Amino acid sequence: MFDKKKSETATAQEEEVAALGVAADLSETAAAVTAAAGGEVGGPMLSDRAREIAGYVAWAIAAAILLIMVLAFFGVEMGWTTELGNSMLDQALDPQTAAVAVAVIGLNIHFGYTGLLNMGQAGFMLLGAYGFAISIVEGVPLVFAILIGLAASGLFAVVLGVPTLKLRGDYLAIVTISAAEIVRYVGRATAFNEHTGGPQGIEGQDFRGPVTDLSFFGSGNLDVGSLDYILTGANSWWMRAVAWSVVALCVVVVWLLVRSPWGRLLRGVREDEDAIRSLGKNVFAVKMQALVLGGLFGAIAGMLYVLPSSVVPDSIGRTLTFYCWTALLLGGAATVFGPVLGSILFFVVRILVTGIADNTVPDSYLNTQQAGQFGWIVIGVALMLLVIFRPQGVLGDKRELRFNV
Amino acid sequence: MRWLLIAAALLGVLFAGVGPAAAQAAEPCRASADNGCLTGTLDTGEEQLEGVDVLITPVDDKGEPIVGQEPTTATTDESGRWSFSFTEPGRFQVEIVEDSLPDGVEALPSKSKLLKGPGNSVVVNGMIGGLASGQPVILGVRSEDYKAETSDFEYFLQSSVNGIRLGLLLALASIGLSLIYGTTGLSNFAHAELLTMGGFTGYLLVQNVGIPLWPAVALVTVICGAFGWVQDRGLWQPLRRRGLGLTQLMIVTIGLSLALQYVFQLIDTETVRVVVGIPDGVEIGSVGITWQSIISMAISIVLLIGVGVVLLKTRIGQATRAVADNPALAAASGIDVDRVIRLVWTVAAAFAGLAGVLYALVTNGVKWDSGLQILLLLFAAVTLGGLGTAFGALLGSMIIGYVVEVSPVFGMPSDFKYATALVILILLLLVRPQGLLGRPERIG
Repeated sequence: MFDKKKSETATAQEEEVAALGVAADLSETAAAVTAAAGGEVGGPMLSDRAREIAGYVAWAIAAAILLIMVLAFFGVEMGWTTELGNSMLDQALDPQTAAVAVAVIGLNIHFGYTGLLNMGQAGFMLLGAYGFAISIVEGVPLVFAILIGLAASGLFAVVLGVPTLKLRGDYLAIVTISAAEIVRYVGRATAFNEHTGGPQGIEGQDFRGPVTDLSFFGSGNLDVGSLDYILTGANSWWMRAVAWSVVALCVVVVWLLVRSPWGRLLRGVREDEDAIRSLGKNVFAVKMQALVLGGLFGAIAGMLYVLPSSVVPDSIGRTLTFYCWTALLLGGAATVFGPVLGSILFFVVRILVTGIADNTVPDSYLNTQQAGQFGWIVIGVALMLLVIFRPQGVLGDKRELRFNV
Repeated sequence: MRWLLIAAALLGVLFAGVGPAAAQAAEPCRASADNGCLTGTLDTGEEQLEGVDVLITPVDDKGEPIVGQEPTTATTDESGRWSFSFTEPGRFQVEIVEDSLPDGVEALPSKSKLLKGPGNSVVVNGMIGGLASGQPVILGVRSEDYKAETSDFEYFLQSSVNGIRLGLLLALASIGLSLIYGTTGLSNFAHAELLTMGGFTGYLLVQNVGIPLWPAVALVTVICGAFGWVQDRGLWQPLRRRGLGLTQLMIVTIGLSLALQYVFQLIDTETVRVVVGIPDGVEIGSVGITWQSIISMAISIVLLIGVGVVLLKTRIGQATRAVADNPALAAASGIDVDRVIRLVWTVAAAFAGLAGVLYALVTNGVKWDSGLQILLLLFAAVTLGGLGTAFGALLGSMIIGYVVEVSPVFGMPSDFKYATALVILILLLLVRPQGLLGRPERIG
């Protein structure tokens, strides 16, 4: 009777308490216990008025960000704000922002739609990046190099899924975060130096060639407003075009998938595994498909992430996974556009916070480096507040997010 | 607790009494803000070699000697130690001058691929602002009639002692993690940040405030315990009341871990050490161990036994186990669940902080992101033992700590020694997902 799964028996436990005739004395404790066991009781922590004000503030900040970016784009002189606007605009369009958006789209399939707690998205990215970069360096044609990257990541998903997908969600979280770290350790280990380059990694110029060769943009510079990049190369318009086209493609794929019967199956698994199982579906197989698919998006993200820079294992670690999570929750889990919006917002807001802290607080209190660290502290706190006060993010639907492990 | 403080203070006095004598025998080269030291001991395992020359050559990134910079020769003293002072950071190739070795002793090529230079030499990165005692450079020597197995066996013994030490410290930290999981269902991703916090608080108290070591360790425990209390009062209890799901709570802990990490980075971006200098130690047979390690292990053992006794014998321990088993039934039986959870958070944070300061003391200090590495070991340990079981956490920690330290003896490259623990975890989940001491119904 008491051995049932906690998350399922929240209400049942309440009934048990009531049946024992002590519910009245223990109502407070019972509420806390039910809450601890994952139930949905208790009122909102904020009053409606506070919520309303917070909403206005959020809109005001969003409008201010857009305004600064537009003014900076047209070269309006505003002191350090122009510079800030330019770096925000640059970051919003950066190919690595696009790469993170693709990773978050994959994470959205895991967590948003299926409820899988993948804490090692960076591991999928790193494997995709290594598979791609090492293949190109070894002289494999581009298409096969991409396939090898995808295969590495897909295999990784299967290996992680087999021991954990039948267990409670925490196990997947612990195993994925561990496995992602193993990938990073192996990548930076000196034992495989000749392939992975150890901690220094693989230089971008060693594997970027086949992608930049595809460019039909020609050479030279293109200057649009305040944006000025070379047409073809590492930090180029071509890279931006490739990265954001991939993002658009991924969004379309996810949009089609989640509207399909298979997409409804994913949500069903997230909402109530047992119900889906009782309908005769193989829940394990569905979860595994979702894990592999999201991992493939992660692999593509990894390739995009390293194309403009280089494969450095330490830059694709746990922290990057956490950025992906923050971006996902910011944009809105279980939405099609949430991951993209969230990724852009995440990086832009971080630059905004860092830039304002750096330019308004005197250096004696907060120098540039410390302002950067302050920016990350704000990100961490923002993640906490977001989950507590607006778990559905900007675009999400709160009813979609009753998931639990 | 008081007798423990007294015991710690007494041991501290003992340690202080032994310290100066060792300091006199130490090397003249002391690192400062302006110079760094390379240092090492030539010891065949049977005797320390006196009067052996060690040639130190500045080299460039490719390992070629830099033109115009002369090699320096350092000579070992009667205890086999040599040291070399430099004012410019850079790479150095260090090698034993074979002709100066006594008869019947030979130099060994370096075992580490990373540090290997030509012949028996090693290449090291000389850094300034590192350890005051200098960067150790390991040069192998042995007598020619020496048997290789003995050395491996000694290596094994030394690693075993280190493994037990790591296991005990992990156990101290993971019991709290496991109890929090047991009583609230929460996987606390910010738990290892409490260890880092312990290390940083210890560093601030000892180095900046100037409190003697062992009282500072006690103070760190109190401060971290208070932080745990505040965390539960200010964050986790309101969130539980509010009915936030476990998944959301877990993400909140991730946000907290991220924020705390960068707070530590604001304090210091480099590795911080609680005590700078060469700690004094004893040699038992071929195994060397510092007094700080011995005291840390003693503290861990005493506290772990204490936790066991409290959990098994006292009312509050029974209440804790009851809450871990079934919170609703515990509440119905008249147990104040919130009070138990508050106590668990306080004790868990105190123990984690203590483990952190001891970890910083017996290893090379902690860095703002050390939490990551430790967190993975802690998760491996509690999952191995069985999520939510205190004694499982203890067993899992001992196994993980031991395996991590001993795996290099059996040929695991030391780059991978942390990965070993994680591989064990994944393999175990395949065959026994509930962990060694867990009950099957806890899972999936």
